[in-house]
Amino acid sequence: MSQALNVERQASLYEKYEAVIGLEVHAQMLTETKIFCGCSTKFGSEPNTQTCPVCIGMPGVLPVLNKKALKFAIKTGLAVNCKISPYSRFARKNYFYPDLPKGYQISQYELPICEKGYIEIVVDGEIKRIGITRIHMEEDAGKNIHEGGGNYSFVDLNRAGIPLMEIVSEPDIRSPKEAAEYMKKLRTILRYLDICDGNMEQGSLRCDANVSIRPVGQKEYGTRAEVKNINSFKFVEKALEYEIKRQIKVVEEDGKVIQETRLWDSNKGATLSMRGKEEAHDYRYFPEPDLVPITADKEWIDGIRTKLPELPDAKRERFVSEYGIPEYDADLLTSEKAIADWYEDAVAAGGQPKAVSNWMMGDLMKMLNEENKPIEECPLSPEQLAGMLKLMDNGTISGKIAKTVFEEMYRTRENADEIVKEKGLIQISDRGEIEKAIDDILAKSQKEVERYNAGDEKLLGFFVGQVMKATKGKANPQVVNDILKKKLK
Amino acid sequence: MRITNKEVKHIAKLSRLYLSDEEIITFTEQLSSIIEYVEQLNSLDTGNIEPTSHVIPLKNVMRDDFLSGSLDRESVLQNAPDVTDKFYRVPKIIE
Repeated sequence: MSQALNVERQASLYEKYEAVIGLEVHAQMLTETKIFCGCSTKFGSEPNTQTCPVCIGMPGVLPVLNKKALKFAIKTGLAVNCKISPYSRFARKNYFYPDLPKGYQISQYELPICEKGYIEIVVDGEIKRIGITRIHMEEDAGKNIHEGGGNYSFVDLNRAGIPLMEIVSEPDIRSPKEAAEYMKKLRTILRYLDICDGNMEQGSLRCDANVSIRPVGQKEYGTRAEVKNINSFKFVEKALEYEIKRQIKVVEEDGKVIQETRLWDSNKGATLSMRGKEEAHDYRYFPEPDLVPITADKEWIDGIRTKLPELPDAKRERFVSEYGIPEYDADLLTSEKAIADWYEDAVAAGGQPKAVSNWMMGDLMKMLNEENKPIEECPLSPEQLAGMLKLMDNGTISGKIAKTVFEEMYRTRENADEIVKEKGLIQISDRGEIEKAIDDILAKSQKEVERYNAGDEKLLGFFVGQVMKATKGKANPQVVNDILKKKLK
Repeated sequence: MRITNKEVKHIAKLSRLYLSDEEIITFTEQLSSIIEYVEQLNSLDTGNIEPTSHVIPLKNVMRDDFLSGSLDRESVLQNAPDVTDKFYRVPKIIE
């Protein structure tokens, strides 16, 4: 009883407050080489084998901007409705840490490449716009390894100098769910653009969150904490939920939220304070004298704009209007460009749009997920699915048999018609043959027939099941229903 | 503008420099006089002068995204004060 009361009290407590969240997302760009030198960006190589005097900060070296990194940043900016700055430059962010060879990170400060954009997310059926304050370019730091070193840590500088984009949102996000939707949308856009692979576990997409709470109705923001180290997609919501509850608890107990950096610890399921690090947040930015300013000309920007691929929102809308499928289907099918392409190929090969969608979202995704395979590695081609759907349309196979055929196709990569022929799976639509099977079943099921006649109409399903069993699932279900209803009247 | 002992301590900390109390006093004096000297520039009217971040009027210097090779690990690690066969080695970083 008291526990139930407690839960109720807590729930109403959470309704008293509103969260205000802004996200800083770091995305590694898919360039061949680092942002300021020609070293490879390949992931997972032997430690310290992809470095040179520039990225390990030897005296006297000069960085030169990778044009592709700039192009990627502009492309992203255009895709999220940003203004591209006519004049932009780099800045030095000064701090000491073992993974930062120069003692400063080359970043952008007061003149970032992109500003003032937005993306739209759908939460509980409503479209919500999340503002993007800015996107800037910077270099990644190296990687520190702490495990197994006793009194030492180890540094691998392969990652130092990999091009990053930092995408900073406005504090427009109001719940952990919205934050997760925002991350998902951003990731989808970056993957559509082929700019970032979006792998949070490998660190190619990272997310820091500025979180504060305020009583519902209050205009002023509360004091915010920065939550770092959210290193997996599934932790975005969890870490934020934890932090919001923590802050509510602090405030309810008459305490004050302090401005601080907190680390998400996925093992403990909690955010932990990094006390004492605050003084270090004095970066003394100044313009980077080793790099010249960027003035991206209008023609180049327009060229990039015209070559933007169709983005997820536009594709989703087109799928609804062009193929007449529900929003829900369109949303799932456009979550990855490769899935959307597969879908369109299957429809182009003659598959009925809704049927293709059902099979993809159902059996196909289930089977791919079981093997943890992306659609790019699907053993089945879109044309093969369309071929199977044709056999269903013309009555050669039933929907039930189709499931078997589908699994067989997936397993053997053979076409549906070959499988149907080999396994003798052609649907029985011959009324005489089905009628004979039905007569046998009805003769054996006197009791059920009586009950049915007495009004227990649910038993129709039982008879259909028996007939399907007797015909090894090959009987045309419509014909079976039809004959059964007539015979049982 | 004079700077304070407190600011010198802060900057020393950010720079990982460990200064004695006498050094803090000395550097506070010296840094203050440098800043006061440079402050003379404030007497000039710079209202019509474009801010300069770079002395040479260059812009848009870029390279194409082509691999140009890296150093071998042995050369990379040879200048570091402490290494293992694969890594730079540093005092344990407590997160």
